[in-house]
Amino acid sequence: MEHEHNTGRRIGGTFLSVENISLAFGGVKALTDISFDVREHEIRAIIGPNGAGKSSMLNCINGVYRPQQGTIRFDGQAFQQMDPHKAASMGIARTFQNIALFKGMSVLDNMMTGRSLKMHTNLFLQALYVGPNRREELEHRQKVEHIIDFLQIESVRKTPVGRLPYGVQKRVELGRALAAEPRLLLLDEPMAGMNIEEKQDMCRFILDVNDEFGTTIVLIEHDMGVVMDVSDRVVVLDYGKKIGDGTPAEVRANQAVIDAYLGVAH
Amino acid sequence: MLYRESGQFKTSYAADQQLFPILQDRIGVLTLLAVALVAVPLLASDYWLTAILIPFLVFALAALGLNILTGYAGQLSLGTAAFMAVGAFAAYNFQLRIPGIPILVSFALGGLTSAAVGVLFGLPSLRIKGFYLAVATLAAQFFIPWLLVKVSWFSNNSSSGVITAQPVEILGFVFDTPVRKYLFVLVVVAVMALAAKNMVRSAIGRAWMAVRDMDVAAEVIGIRIMQTKLIAFAVSSFYCGVAGALYAYAYLGSVEPDGFNLDLSFRILFMIIIGGVGSIMGSFLGAAFITLLPIFLDIVLTDGAIWLGLNLPSGTTSMAQLVVFGALIIFFLIVEPLGLARLWQIAKEKLRLWPFPH
Ligand SMILES: Nc1ncnc2c1ncn2[C@@H]1O[C@H](COP(=O)(O)OP(=O)(O)OP(=O)(O)O)[C@@H](O)[C@H]1O
Ligand SMILES: [Mg+2]
Repeated sequence: MEHEHNTGRRIGGTFLSVENISLAFGGVKALTDISFDVREHEIRAIIGPNGAGKSSMLNCINGVYRPQQGTIRFDGQAFQQMDPHKAASMGIARTFQNIALFKGMSVLDNMMTGRSLKMHTNLFLQALYVGPNRREELEHRQKVEHIIDFLQIESVRKTPVGRLPYGVQKRVELGRALAAEPRLLLLDEPMAGMNIEEKQDMCRFILDVNDEFGTTIVLIEHDMGVVMDVSDRVVVLDYGKKIGDGTPAEVRANQAVIDAYLGVAH
Repeated sequence: MLYRESGQFKTSYAADQQLFPILQDRIGVLTLLAVALVAVPLLASDYWLTAILIPFLVFALAALGLNILTGYAGQLSLGTAAFMAVGAFAAYNFQLRIPGIPILVSFALGGLTSAAVGVLFGLPSLRIKGFYLAVATLAAQFFIPWLLVKVSWFSNNSSSGVITAQPVEILGFVFDTPVRKYLFVLVVVAVMALAAKNMVRSAIGRAWMAVRDMDVAAEVIGIRIMQTKLIAFAVSSFYCGVAGALYAYAYLGSVEPDGFNLDLSFRILFMIIIGGVGSIMGSFLGAAFITLLPIFLDIVLTDGAIWLGLNLPSGTTSMAQLVVFGALIIFFLIVEPLGLARLWQIAKEKLRLWPFPH
């Protein structure tokens, strides 16, 4: 896995910033006063030991969880609490740590579903499957097929996702998120549980998405090698607190980070 | 002809998005329609039409309605018969109280009334799931027939709420004989089945399945969960409502609220379990199976008893029916939750590769 993409030039201004976010579940403090920013076109990694609050952070960004305190600023708008629908309509898409595909549907239908917000014909036209609905289905099918080609999953497009191997499912879930043509992509451990080749492919896809479409990416990953290779900057969480923030090299040299990871096999 | 798709290359996505992309399927469906429209009316006896084919089609439509809600959108309902009752009684009242209203308009309004009631009883689905939702729909199942008996206005003050359906007349043509009734039901059911198929392969169908399979992911994609569920309740109840109207107007002629009881709801639920949850064709297979099973069992048991020289007590057939139903439902729930439709699909997949297994 070579660090091939040249980041410096294309990264823009602050696109997303989370400010003083605190989130608790009853007595469990999942996040305490977390702040960091994400710049446009950047790949930003979030790392930290198990239970550090990484997934909770993503869940706050797109409104699945509602933090008790703090502000989320995205694309110039400030939110106390994000709402999942609002997040989606502003161009935030994501994948989940435990694959959250629609198991009974085909790969194609899963990815078409990713484009839900872009489809507008009414129920009546859908029942008749004429005119605008037929055109719309076709148009979106073409868009989705590009992504299917890009992810090299042509051969399984009609297969119900429940029957696919784990690694392919992870890829389909990325595809479903990409189908929405997001401006911000949140990936929760996209490579967890994969073998080396699958990881390499997934890294390639992530870098390509970032390069070709300019998509800003926030990525949770445990594999430090991967993090060092793909990310522009890294946030480190531990027990719900931020203990490090900077380039991969800076973070790796940070004593607090080294301490947090001591004794933990990664 | 062999069931093969080799040689049938789709050169455009439009060709691939046809209703039936495989040629043999197209031929099969057209043949079936031709048989249903031409051969059956010519050949079937009145008994077959009135006692088997018409109820089969009506139940298939109700099963389709339930399948949209339960199979596609994942919301379990035990109120199917109640929504059928709403459709039947609403259509009756529209016919009765608005002079000169076309029968098809009454049916559509009956369906819409049922849709509205369905949405009302679907509201709890926004907060509760699975078993608890089933209990909430059970409330509809008990409340609606009770209300229809209690408020005699609904049945135009007839005793015990019995209504007698008005004649079905379209543009001066009266659908009074079994063949005519059959053709009327067939056309309504075929058109509505086509519409259902179109919905489930469009955005709304994908939204239903997304909510069914993984609601958090659906929400994150931007699907509005509440709206999607309520549309499922509305469309499903519309289908059940029209099925109820057909049940009254084309099958039984006169119906009473108590006829739309929990038994009927369960029967329709069994149809989709045996036929295939989340399959349009499964609704038809299940309805056919459950309509034909008693007749088949009756023949087997009666002839079998004669052949064996036994004298079976009366009621044996209905007992045997219950036992076979029970066994089949357990079989399908455990072994093949996707029902006959899935078995059919597996058979087709095998056939596609035959005679080479790989
Ligand atoms: N829905 C929830 N209800 C209650 N507690 C929760 C919930 N989600 C997360 N938590 C708690 O918040 C803390 C942070 O969890 P989170 O899943 O964000 O960690 P993580 O960094 O993603 O861990 P992992 O590497 O294991 O995925 C944990 O203590 C967890 O138990
Ligand atoms: Mg996590």
